[in-house]
Amino acid sequence: MATISIDGKNLEFEERLTILEAAKALRIKVPSLCHNEHLSPYGGCRICLVEAATRAVPKRSRLVPACSAPAEDGMLITTDSQRVQDSRRFIIELLLSRCPESQIIRDMAAQMGVDPDGRNLDVVGQYLLQRAPSQEATNCILCGLCVRVCQQIPERYALSLKERGIHRKVTPPFEKVAESCIGCGSCAYVCPTKTITIEEV
Amino acid sequence: MKLKPEDIRSIREKSASVSAIRRGEGAAEKKMDLLVCAGTGCVSNHSLKVKSSLIAEIEKHELQNRINVVTTGCNGFCANGPIVVVKPDDIFYQLLTPEDIPQLVEEHFLGGRPVERLMYRPGEGEAPIPKMASIPFFGKQQLIALANRGIVDPERIEEYIALGGYQALVKALTEMSREQVIEEIKTSGLRGRGGAGFPTGKKWEFCKNATVASAEGEAAKYIICNADEGDPGAFMDRSIVESDPYALLEGMLIGAYAIGATHGFIYIRAEYPLALERLTQALEQAREYGLLGEQILGTDFSFDITVSKGAGAFVCGEETSLIASLEGKLPEPRVRPPYPAQSGYMGKPTNINNVETWANVPHIINRGAEWFSSFGTDTSKGTKVFSLVGKVNNTGLVEVPMGITMREIVFEIGGGIPGGKKFKAVQTGGPSGGCIPESLLDTPVDYESLVQAGSIMGSGGMIVMDEDNCMVEVARYFISFTQQESCGKCTPCREGTWHMLNILEDISAGRGQEGDIELLEKMAQHIKETALCGLGNTAPNPVLTTIRYFRDEYEAHIRDKRCPAGVCKALITYSIDPVNCTGCTACAKNCPVACISGERKKTHVIDQDRCIKCGMCYSVCNFDAVRVE
Repeated sequence: MATISIDGKNLEFEERLTILEAAKALRIKVPSLCHNEHLSPYGGCRICLVEAATRAVPKRSRLVPACSAPAEDGMLITTDSQRVQDSRRFIIELLLSRCPESQIIRDMAAQMGVDPDGRNLDVVGQYLLQRAPSQEATNCILCGLCVRVCQQIPERYALSLKERGIHRKVTPPFEKVAESCIGCGSCAYVCPTKTITIEEV
Repeated sequence: MKLKPEDIRSIREKSASVSAIRRGEGAAEKKMDLLVCAGTGCVSNHSLKVKSSLIAEIEKHELQNRINVVTTGCNGFCANGPIVVVKPDDIFYQLLTPEDIPQLVEEHFLGGRPVERLMYRPGEGEAPIPKMASIPFFGKQQLIALANRGIVDPERIEEYIALGGYQALVKALTEMSREQVIEEIKTSGLRGRGGAGFPTGKKWEFCKNATVASAEGEAAKYIICNADEGDPGAFMDRSIVESDPYALLEGMLIGAYAIGATHGFIYIRAEYPLALERLTQALEQAREYGLLGEQILGTDFSFDITVSKGAGAFVCGEETSLIASLEGKLPEPRVRPPYPAQSGYMGKPTNINNVETWANVPHIINRGAEWFSSFGTDTSKGTKVFSLVGKVNNTGLVEVPMGITMREIVFEIGGGIPGGKKFKAVQTGGPSGGCIPESLLDTPVDYESLVQAGSIMGSGGMIVMDEDNCMVEVARYFISFTQQESCGKCTPCREGTWHMLNILEDISAGRGQEGDIELLEKMAQHIKETALCGLGNTAPNPVLTTIRYFRDEYEAHIRDKRCPAGVCKALITYSIDPVNCTGCTACAKNCPVACISGERKKTHVIDQDRCIKCGMCYSVCNFDAVRVE
């Protein structure tokens, strides 16, 4: 039997599970955006970062994404340390700078103590929410959930990610209406920012 | 013909004269080998024309029985190519053109008088240095991974065997257990040469001991050679593949035997055509000789290699992205653990090492862990290959013992800075590394010291910069590289590096604001802490080190709207000094926008409104009359 400790609460486990699943079992809330329990873990949005140390070396810790990092015996996890909060705030500020109109991102920011309009923030937050150049208007946070659901549930591969860096976007193959799309609506269903809508044709 | 262990020995014994000549022995036989460098650098300087002209002249004088022309991989001294080295005498000829060859053949090979005009000189007017080994560029080098560079024909497996090749494989397969091989690598202290420096033996052991939860049992394990070299200015791995592909194959064969892998992959950039050609040829020859395939060297060990071409995405140098790309998926990193040793290619235990790491392996098995660990420092054993580029006299490929100082590399091997300019910094580790300033030039080259200096060992790119390089521009360049190459999967790398790039562009354009340095530092720390893979974790390093060591340059850009190195276009003006201007009209003739006016023999003037700050006038002026401010 292995034991993981999250915010001081212990969970004994035998089967493979992620830190996020362990936290859920202990009724500890860890925010997530690119995660869906029915799909393969991604670790991309970084909003679920938690601080991980081990019982053997409790002083040395690193940040790991709870959604995809496996729970290991002897792990000591902290989900709300200053380091975790600072990192999550940075991530939500980046997402807010990208998608200032997204109500879901704005609400999540407010919960983390980040004013969506950039007031009372440190130098990074002020830059990201007030001074940074605006991007093409979108609510897509590139979490890749729509792509994964389409590949893994109806197995239609009607969506993919294209380009690198800031130019990355979600698109059907060759940017044409995908012939493989069956209109199941899974992509719209899993989209955390409700960016995908279904149209009757 | 499928070789047996005894065949390797007999090939070697039969060609003992070849190896003697190449190693500089056997002068009495009057036979000579002319080693023509055919690395990418020399080939692009027409070394193949030099070679055909050598062959033609030698045939004309009927010297072909005594003189043998051999094409080799990269000699290393790329700045002075095309290069021909005459063995066994070790005479080094440089900067050759086909027109030089008739004189060379007549005077040296017929007359016995080496041609001084074509030799290396340390400085203008100084005496030539005839022997390659006496040239300072080669003096401080220690060759292990590049042991055969410039002396083996990379397209002939027989030559590799003649020079001692595949002895290590025979030794491993016939005299050593798998555990003994791993123990030897562990004892040698070899660490990953891709940059991160993880102990190689340990990595192999993890993969060997990984339990496979599949019906195929232990058979399904893979090894990969990471030849996706992508750092700007780096060409170590390309040169190893071009100059000694067999060493890489032998290293992989030994690793596969130790780990228990049945198949290997070499993931190499498609934009390395010469390396690919030589690699493919080396694999075919190895298969023909029974050194790849079923029952290698007549033993129970079977192993083969597939070459996979990368389309040029920097992120594929990251091991989990590389594996995704090999599997035909979008090249994106994934969260580790599980590490590839547990779950790699197709979910099977996989061991990845880079080219240079693999190329060290045969030498360690041949000469022993103790010999290998006699080079280097306490924690960094052996040697490291660097591509020395930028503002340095002796551009080229060097292999040096770990622990050597940056100063020795830049000033002794590299011959210092051209044009009497002042050294400013050396950038190691590519876009993941940092800039090391003059005050830290005595830093020893080892994994830990470079990290302490804010940089990393990296895979071996070393870019030298002088007083004309603007460090804000250097930081901007590297962050624009990582932003373009960021796969875009994780938020901090995709969005964060873009914001850092914007801030740096503002600073270069004179739009920097008070507090921007602190903003960059904070954002950099956040990205390092939160990014998914090594690309994002290290992307801010060039910004952080340039701020750490050259803060005054940032401040000059932000506060005084001045670029001290005269690089950032928005912050400089070109003007003509009437005292020095002779009215030669060179600047006016070369100005691409014709914004320089003035009559012959009279002072010229630049129209500031139309000047595009291309610097052409500055480069063409012979009278030091163009000022940059």
